[in-house]
Amino acid sequence: MKPLNAPTTRRKVMAAGALWLLAVRPAQALDAPLQQAIRAWAGSATPREGRVTLTVAELIDNGNLVPLTVHVASPMTPTDHVQEIMLLNERNPGRELARFQLGPANGRAEVSTRVRLATSQRLVALARMSDGSVWQHTVEVVVTLAACIES
Amino acid sequence: MATPRTLINVPAARSGEIIEIRATIAHVMETGLRPDDQGRVVARDIVTRFECRLDGATVFAADMFPAVAANPHIAFRLRAEKPGSLVFLWEGDRGFRHTETVALKVT
Repeated sequence: MKPLNAPTTRRKVMAAGALWLLAVRPAQALDAPLQQAIRAWAGSATPREGRVTLTVAELIDNGNLVPLTVHVASPMTPTDHVQEIMLLNERNPGRELARFQLGPANGRAEVSTRVRLATSQRLVALARMSDGSVWQHTVEVVVTLAACIES
Repeated sequence: MATPRTLINVPAARSGEIIEIRATIAHVMETGLRPDDQGRVVARDIVTRFECRLDGATVFAADMFPAVAANPHIAFRLRAEKPGSLVFLWEGDRGFRHTETVALKVT
């Protein structure tokens, strides 16, 4: 058996300790600046949980290049489609990650991109539908190598 | 300024098929937060806008922030109905602007 302080074992123990946070944290309220950013984008609509799926690795090796995908359940017809998707975060220097405008021409509301994450935190993906409703999904990630915000 | 390198993938489609379009552009995406060797903050220089137009109509657009990783990569879906012309546009800080035209092949 490998000694407990072998690099991979140590990393796994560290990650397991940090992953425990994932079970506890999502229930806590989002930080105020993030709540404010959500309200600013959502306007008068109150976001509901559901329909949006933000897929990103729970344990991120390199915060400089984090692939993610957002999918929103929607028929994407002229009368029922996703208009805009907003990606926000809790702990980067700025709340916004990216914003996407969609329409019936897409056929499927699914977008992928790559972002920088400064530290372990929660990410929020929001979608505004053509009927004005807003839906959201919150995901917590652990970042082992943070994106450099200073060299 | 040298022409930015791009990598665009538009698969050929059967009519009605929903394809995945991928577009990457080489760009440093300087956040505006990083100090240089002398300790001075390097000015922000990012791509802020991406648009895809099919025969002149915008079918997808993105607003990018400093949190988007260097060499910004976006993938999105398009329902291919008939052959057409896709124009990809990127705009950003310091007057950055680049367009590419790709044929949409539909059978």
